[in-house]
Amino acid sequence: MAKVHVTTTINGEPMEFLCEPNDTMLDALRGPLGLTGSKEGCASGDCGACSITLDDRLVCSCLMLAVESEGHEIRTIEGMAQGDRLHPLQQKFLEMAALQCGICTSGMLVASDALLKKNPDPTEEEVRFWLAGNLCRCTGYDKIVRAVMETAAEMRAQ
Amino acid sequence: MNVVTNNKWIGQRTIRPDGMDKVTGRAQFAADTTMPGMIWGKILRSPHPHARIRSIDTSKAEKLPGVKAVVTSKDIVDFPIEKGAVMLGIQDMRWMCRNVMARDKALFPGHPVAAVAATTEAIAAEACNLIEVDYEVLPWAIEIEDALKPDAPILHEFNKWEGKPSNIVGRLEHKKGDIEQGFKQADIVIERTFTTRPVHQGYIEPHACLISVAPDGKTTIWSSSQGQFMVRAMTAHLTGIPQSDIRAIPAEIGGGFGGKTIVYLEPVATLLAKKSGRPVKMVMTREEVMRATGPTSGSKSTVKIGATKDGKIVAAHGTFYLQAGAFPGSPIRGAAGCSFTPYDIPNLLSEGYDVCSNRSKVAAYRAPGAPIGAYAVECVLDEVAEALKMDPLDFRAKNAAKEGTKAAHGPVFPRIGYLETVEAAKASPHYAAPLGDGNGKLRGRGVASGFWFNAGGESSAQVNITEDGNVVVTTGHPDIGGSRAGIANICAELLGIDYRRVSVIIGDTQTVGFSNLTGGSRVLFASSMVVTQSTEKIIQTLRERAAKIWNIDPEAVKWENGAAHPVSPNAGQFEPLTLEELADKAPAMGGPIGAGVQLNTQGADGGFGTHVCDVEVDVDLGIARVIRYTAVQDVGRAIHPGYVEGQLQGGVAQGIGWALNEEYIYTKEGKVDNPGFLDYRMPVCSDLPMIDCIMVEIPNPKHPQGVKGVGEVPLVPVMAAVANAIYNALGKRFYALPMSPPKVLEKLDEPIRQAAE
Repeated sequence: MAKVHVTTTINGEPMEFLCEPNDTMLDALRGPLGLTGSKEGCASGDCGACSITLDDRLVCSCLMLAVESEGHEIRTIEGMAQGDRLHPLQQKFLEMAALQCGICTSGMLVASDALLKKNPDPTEEEVRFWLAGNLCRCTGYDKIVRAVMETAAEMRAQ
Repeated sequence: MNVVTNNKWIGQRTIRPDGMDKVTGRAQFAADTTMPGMIWGKILRSPHPHARIRSIDTSKAEKLPGVKAVVTSKDIVDFPIEKGAVMLGIQDMRWMCRNVMARDKALFPGHPVAAVAATTEAIAAEACNLIEVDYEVLPWAIEIEDALKPDAPILHEFNKWEGKPSNIVGRLEHKKGDIEQGFKQADIVIERTFTTRPVHQGYIEPHACLISVAPDGKTTIWSSSQGQFMVRAMTAHLTGIPQSDIRAIPAEIGGGFGGKTIVYLEPVATLLAKKSGRPVKMVMTREEVMRATGPTSGSKSTVKIGATKDGKIVAAHGTFYLQAGAFPGSPIRGAAGCSFTPYDIPNLLSEGYDVCSNRSKVAAYRAPGAPIGAYAVECVLDEVAEALKMDPLDFRAKNAAKEGTKAAHGPVFPRIGYLETVEAAKASPHYAAPLGDGNGKLRGRGVASGFWFNAGGESSAQVNITEDGNVVVTTGHPDIGGSRAGIANICAELLGIDYRRVSVIIGDTQTVGFSNLTGGSRVLFASSMVVTQSTEKIIQTLRERAAKIWNIDPEAVKWENGAAHPVSPNAGQFEPLTLEELADKAPAMGGPIGAGVQLNTQGADGGFGTHVCDVEVDVDLGIARVIRYTAVQDVGRAIHPGYVEGQLQGGVAQGIGWALNEEYIYTKEGKVDNPGFLDYRMPVCSDLPMIDCIMVEIPNPKHPQGVKGVGEVPLVPVMAAVANAIYNALGKRFYALPMSPPKVLEKLDEPIRQAAE
């Protein structure tokens, strides 16, 4: 089976890569593209550790074929900070102990960012339902929800 | 031993040293590592719950282009049963060698029978399909009741119980007083039987490793585990490679909860790498994790408690049958040893039975065994309190173990904080608050307590002062919950410098001294002891260096705020010498500044917690939701309160899952039917409320900072707290977990069904 050539944009950079037709976007990110910040926890779209955005839409990269990124814009955890300037969500997760082992953190941050872009003033319930597709086994979600709401409040005040 | 007071960093919510890597995607977990020339390993697993392996033919697989090596049990070092136990910690290598690769029998669906390494994952998987295994399929038993039947299929024929082949592979008891006499004094006696299902630790990161074996046998392992030294030792045992030749590098670990305290892949990948001459990477799928690793035991427990009219418990008897899975090793010690421990009970018998069955080998899960036992005991206590018309917290307070109480498992308690947790729960805003109106849904409140032993044990640390006067601390324990943050706080406190000048890293097996597992809630307790002693040695050196420069006696120099000072004007008038200045002068003043300490740490006091839970039950759908939760715990001393709370909140969330939804479901062929996160239903964000924490701080007098382990206690009381709350809401008791919607509905429909019959 010949590999497929894909041209796409990842974290604002034009990118090309080769993949198998049945490779997932997660396979491509973690393999030829070397972006291992997106994690595989289940490969079935249930844990959200591989969350990325496709043209600003939040998706599980394990449920998307790599070839589907052709001509589109992908954003991953690696594109969240601008140089050495953290995104406010990243900073707040650090300050509020909203991570423990860290395996879900990339996906949580990408998903939370997607939420705040859509809804800058979410209620606790809205945060909880938006993040229901991102499993965390360490924190009990308490500090994650608080960090997202606190970040939203600070970003609104700016 | 200096007890630190007036803290600047201890007790502060500092930024964790590993945090930046984790919020930017830089952190390297086991599956994130690659090597030039790397190939992929895959495991062929038994489809049968119980089968004799007559033969394995790997010839077709070996001929497939791209296949570089095949491994079967013949390649794994055998530990013959008849030669007796070879223990590594609590693991018997006789079982470990058979668990990583089935020998004569496959004992559960998912049991490895062979492994292949090939140039791609797809080729490795295809090669696995070409391996021909001739199985003699045997009858099987998964549930405890089935495994205990007189005609049950026996997993290990050599094992005898009361003279006959049996699946009971162990028993343990703790005894105090005379229960027969004790129950005679009771005015009320309640006895109940409970069952719980196997539940998985549920770490989001599947097991993974990358292993390179050089032609001279020098082996490098990158893997995710709760102990790089455990990985090295078990791999050495099972491959025959000496420990000095194995460098086990701890990757960041994506959750373990006890489930990563044993190896599954590393010995197999090492042998594949050795045979093929290529670095081999192995990553489990979620399905493999669910079928072949963990979980904790399912259980059947009977608990009988007797009390007098005035609310004093006079006798208790607990019998806990725990399902070990394929090989012995159920956590009966936790079930029998912890469940009654919060209470001062004069007459007590607590027995645990270890039962093998055709399911994956049990692995530790957060306070192993204790939550199972506490669930039964704390539910019966609730019934006794109700029968006595006593507040359940008052009843617990009246019977609380305290300083001087002799626990049935041996120790006479020092000053403990159990009673304080009950009092704090009683005084909490939560306990005082009305339940509120459920708008058609039924609400209830429950309480429960729990105990876990906590552990000390071996730890090593090296603290080095860098040439520019900053600090690098190396310890030997994988950090799961934030231990690096706690260590940075402590080291900065002792040296009197900003915590950001302390870099804490986890060393590999060949760069730091032996350090036992990350487990038993021991890591911050033990590693802060060795870090404290190392830092104190460094401070001594720094004082000596300053004394030499000033030409005064070292005793006349004190260390304060990151600098050496004369103890008083009498000692001499000198400008302070800072850590940076002393580091700069180090080459001329005696050389590098650093110290290492290795200890078998002692003095880990047990931990106690008391929880309050409110639920709301939708009686039409059978859905029980936790709507408010407060976890109270004696944490000794919260070195980093954010990550102590994180332990409490995470433990509670796991317990809510165990109580309400999580369970292994089996097909009629004996296979796990829900080996993925969609059907194995762990709590998601929208299932839970905020989890309030009350940290009671009764410092551990045997620890320099007063630390007690905190990681495991938070899971112990949860299922009983939830069950007691559901009873309070519905007026119906559940004696089995999980209390999932179909089971709640079944219970609610009972009267209707009975009326219809």
